[in-house]
Amino acid sequence: MTALVRHRLFWPAAVLLLLLAANVAFTPGFLSIEMKDGHLYGSLIDIFRFGAPLILVAIGMTLVIATGGIDLSVGSVVAISGALACLHISGLPDQNDVGGVLTAVGLALGLALVLGAWNGFLVAGIGIQPIIATLIIMVAGRGLAQLITDGQIVTVNSASYKLIGGGYWLTLPFSILIVLAVLALTAFLTRRLALGMLVESIGGNATASRLAGIRSRGLTVAVYAFCALCAGIAGLMISSNVSSADGNNAGLWIELDAILAVVIGGTSLMGGRFSLGGTVLGALVIQTLTTTIYSIGIPPETTLLFKALVVTVVCLVQSPAFREKVFQRRGRRRPAAPQATDDEKVEVPA
Amino acid sequence: MAPPAPILQMSGICKEFPGVKALSGVDFRLLPGEVHALMGENGAGKSTLIKVLTGVYDIDGGRITLNGQDVVFAGPLQAQQAGISTVYQEVNLCANLSVAENIFIGREPRRLGRIQWKRMRRRAAELLAGLDLHIDVSAPLSSYSLAVQQMVAIARAVDISARVLILDEPTSSLDSGEVEQLFRVMRRLKAEGIAILFVSHFLDQIYEISDRMTILRNGSLVGEYLTSELGQVELVGKMIGRELADLEKLEDRPPARTSEPLVQTEALGRSGAIEPFTLTVHKGEVVGLAGLLGSGRTEIARLLFGADHASTGALRIDGEPVTLRTPRLAMNRGVAFCSENRRAEGLIPDLTVRENIVLALQAMRGWHRPIPRRTQDELVDKYVAALNIRPADPEQLVRNLSGGNQQKVLLARWLILEPRLLILDEPTRGIDVGAKAEIQRLVAELSDGGMAVLFVSAELEEVLRLSHKVAVLRDRKLVAELPNDDGLTTGVIMETIASGGRA
Repeated sequence: MTALVRHRLFWPAAVLLLLLAANVAFTPGFLSIEMKDGHLYGSLIDIFRFGAPLILVAIGMTLVIATGGIDLSVGSVVAISGALACLHISGLPDQNDVGGVLTAVGLALGLALVLGAWNGFLVAGIGIQPIIATLIIMVAGRGLAQLITDGQIVTVNSASYKLIGGGYWLTLPFSILIVLAVLALTAFLTRRLALGMLVESIGGNATASRLAGIRSRGLTVAVYAFCALCAGIAGLMISSNVSSADGNNAGLWIELDAILAVVIGGTSLMGGRFSLGGTVLGALVIQTLTTTIYSIGIPPETTLLFKALVVTVVCLVQSPAFREKVFQRRGRRRPAAPQATDDEKVEVPA
Repeated sequence: MAPPAPILQMSGICKEFPGVKALSGVDFRLLPGEVHALMGENGAGKSTLIKVLTGVYDIDGGRITLNGQDVVFAGPLQAQQAGISTVYQEVNLCANLSVAENIFIGREPRRLGRIQWKRMRRRAAELLAGLDLHIDVSAPLSSYSLAVQQMVAIARAVDISARVLILDEPTSSLDSGEVEQLFRVMRRLKAEGIAILFVSHFLDQIYEISDRMTILRNGSLVGEYLTSELGQVELVGKMIGRELADLEKLEDRPPARTSEPLVQTEALGRSGAIEPFTLTVHKGEVVGLAGLLGSGRTEIARLLFGADHASTGALRIDGEPVTLRTPRLAMNRGVAFCSENRRAEGLIPDLTVRENIVLALQAMRGWHRPIPRRTQDELVDKYVAALNIRPADPEQLVRNLSGGNQQKVLLARWLILEPRLLILDEPTRGIDVGAKAEIQRLVAELSDGGMAVLFVSAELEEVLRLSHKVAVLRDRKLVAELPNDDGLTTGVIMETIASGGRA
């Protein structure tokens, strides 16, 4: 039992289960999943589907935070990527042309990669503080997205593009499959290959990493580029789901939710150890919370306040110092040090 | 003439940290109008004594009297109000504010709640003029050199009512002209009757400026001496803890190596860190670097590893000229470096013992070629056993290990690379006797196996026991290169340090 409680992911998982239980109490049949027209339907599927962009952005953010940095520009990258893809598709003679849609996707993701590499260059090459370096694209990127869409909302009518965010494949929403693929790839790169250890060591002690021969500059640029790529995919999903690109509102504040998801998942904002599983749980907690707010009928004007309250409680419950004080558990449990630093910073995104 | 009554008297000061007795029964006194040097090797208790005096730490035993009255300071602010001001090595002023603002920050001259800027600038200029410093006080502090900033800090400290001024290594980042300027200011303050406590690792400076010195060793008082009555050799002996007469020749001295050169430097240097030096390390040779703290030992090590860039001179490895721009390039050439600062420059505390050990090898291979887990486990198990790392649990976080075991983890990281030159900077500092002996034995074995070792240590016995050749440093300069033959004793090394190789 204690081993279970001590597990890094115990508290985020517990909170998620609690939220799900609350939903079950309010909405009977919440957990049921049914098959309609060869597609799976149900609230749980919806949570995954609507949470997919956030999970993607949070995965990229996890690696950036593990290097000791932060990326505020992901929301803008979401908007830019969607805008560029939609613009290209809207100019196609046949909007359903798969080749044309693939070109649009390629262009959008290529631009996202360039933007991410620029962030990484500012951080690792020039040595600007990550929060400032990525603030540039956070602000300027919204302008860029508007420039691409000419200040309008670009709408498309493409069945092939719709698949990314709104389609189904093998009975599952396609977006869920994309998330699973990116998650698997990230897990492979970081845990099967040595990327994870090198990233953790850069975040854990940058000076020592340099003296151990790690080329931290290139790695850092790659991590920011990867983060922007994840945001770019999320941007495609969001715009594809509504078949339009809105330079102003697509991905607005998603960077804060992503940072929050990373923190709830137990990765320290100081950098070092990270947990991809924790981040996915964290993103699911946030998405479930949003769903819960709608399903139990919280008045719309108080949703943000309610969300903030729940997030505060989640972060307090995760803090070993807080638990020790409040619950007065018998015997001293050694708090995991990285988690101890999380809770101080958590209020920012909330 | 009887000496004036001491303004500050500390007697029987004891201070204990968990597991370490930092100060035991130290007496110290400071007379008005003198410059008093506090001497001792690294870890002798100098900074603890200063922190106890200024209220940063509580004392566990003993008493402090200021002007004949018992005092207990709860913090540096109280000490300052009582007239004890400290200026640290790193100037802690606000570089973005003007000189005048820095001097009067928190106590600006006001009228009706408004700051009187003109009056503040005039008083600041007067104050600095009193120190022979004529600068524009409305310019930001950052526009002046470190020496001037140091003096602004002193001006501020003195103006706040200092009767006792503590200067903790104020000269370590100054050039010789700036040091002269600082000394002029110190002499002026001394003439005004202010007592100055001066800490520096530069012997020449101590002899130039100080009137009296107190020597500490391992947290105990060695004695108080008049600078004019204590020679440099005796001083070094008292700091290190060996009288010249006691020094015995060591028994099993390693035989000299006559193999081909591995690393050669030709007037390699870095301005502000180490003057150009020429040194050759042969294959399988252990070269010891001896010298006091701050004499440039670490700087040499960092240059050879590419951690710093050389500003002059050339470096050859295997006879080939190389430029080491990054540690990685040095590693490709077979050079490894164990930093003296394990925590800041060596270990990644959040990673496990296993990960810390394989880190450098993994960095060499790149992220896309992971070391198979089985190979990792074999390597780690081998070195955990060979170096006797405890606890022998590779999945333990390295932060939970003791200092000696952390040191061995760091050693293991470099040993699995099988380097040709291993640079060890203070590998035995702060670790227990057993681990120390194990590391020394290992160095001897590695050198027998053909690995060249550059061994940096403050302990001369250790350097002598292991080295084939000893390079002696003083004041950031390589002053002598001594073969470790029958004639070489710690006494000879100490004399070389003290005389600066002139003898």
